[in-house]
Amino acid sequence: MGEKEKTKIMFVMRKPPHGSIYAYEGLEAILIMGAYEQEISVVFIDDGVFALKREQDTKPLGVKEFSKTFAALEDYDITNIYTDKESLETRGLTVDDLIIKPKVLEASEIAKMMEEQQVLLPF
Amino acid sequence: MKFGILIQDGPYNHEAADSAYNFIQAALERGHTIQGIFFYNDGVINATKLMEPPQDDRNISKRWSDLGAKGIDIIVCVAAAKRRGINEDVLIPNARISGLGQLTEIAIESDRLITFGS
Amino acid sequence: MLHTINKSPFVHKNLESCLRFAKKGDPIMLYEDGVYTVAAGSKIEPMVAEALKKHPIYAIEADVKARGITKVIDGVYLCDYYCFVALVEQHKVYPWF
Repeated sequence: MGEKEKTKIMFVMRKPPHGSIYAYEGLEAILIMGAYEQEISVVFIDDGVFALKREQDTKPLGVKEFSKTFAALEDYDITNIYTDKESLETRGLTVDDLIIKPKVLEASEIAKMMEEQQVLLPF
Repeated sequence: MKFGILIQDGPYNHEAADSAYNFIQAALERGHTIQGIFFYNDGVINATKLMEPPQDDRNISKRWSDLGAKGIDIIVCVAAAKRRGINEDVLIPNARISGLGQLTEIAIESDRLITFGS
Repeated sequence: MLHTINKSPFVHKNLESCLRFAKKGDPIMLYEDGVYTVAAGSKIEPMVAEALKKHPIYAIEADVKARGITKVIDGVYLCDYYCFVALVEQHKVYPWF
């Protein structure tokens, strides 16, 4: 990449896990794109917050449990992780129900961050 | 401008592949460059040459292959493709299978990245 | 930022989410099943009228016509894919799937 400026890429996670593959393949994309030394951030809004719910037990369903992998994002130097206050409240959740501690923001603050990105990737 | 296109949804079930195609055609006609079309999630199913729709219907995979023939880089995500049974044997002409690093490259090189999905 | 919506507002809340995050003046593009949003006479018309005070709203005419929608809420711009591309020239895009 040399002297080139980093691209600001934000993953916007809006879908719950397991009902569709988007949260899981979104996570795979975060992990791989995270290795390219760009400016990556991840925000969980709407049903996306369910991907971070503690105590997911997917054994009875027979699918892969991946919520714990979100906890490993830090090891990949992905530390800009956010969530939306109202999305949590609407779903009867607090940040203590989540497997990681994303920074809780107001919608207006998230909107401002989205505006600052060069690339927004929906999952 | 340079546009990158990400397609997350398969053909026919939803309209995403049609919308993306219409968008790309209009973008080309307005003089823009398509930096690359990246298929992810069920989007990889767009890239099988085994598609054989009824004659009075559009052939979605052929559309992509034709865009590839014009020199547009058509990339199918290897991890998503493996999961869904898409490999080199069934791949449409003028497309290639590669990794998410290619989506990263498209994201970096394009002025805009536009996603079609469901 | 250009916001796009491709789902029916009668079964999905993407429009509500979009309106919660969109900045005043941000354009909204409706396509695919999203165009049901702009059909006149539905119960969500007041929400669309309210949204129109803050946002220019566009709908892809091909999708509108394909669905037999003949009466569109006043103030909504019907447009083609060239117009969609022209909006993308001016704005980055976030799709509310």
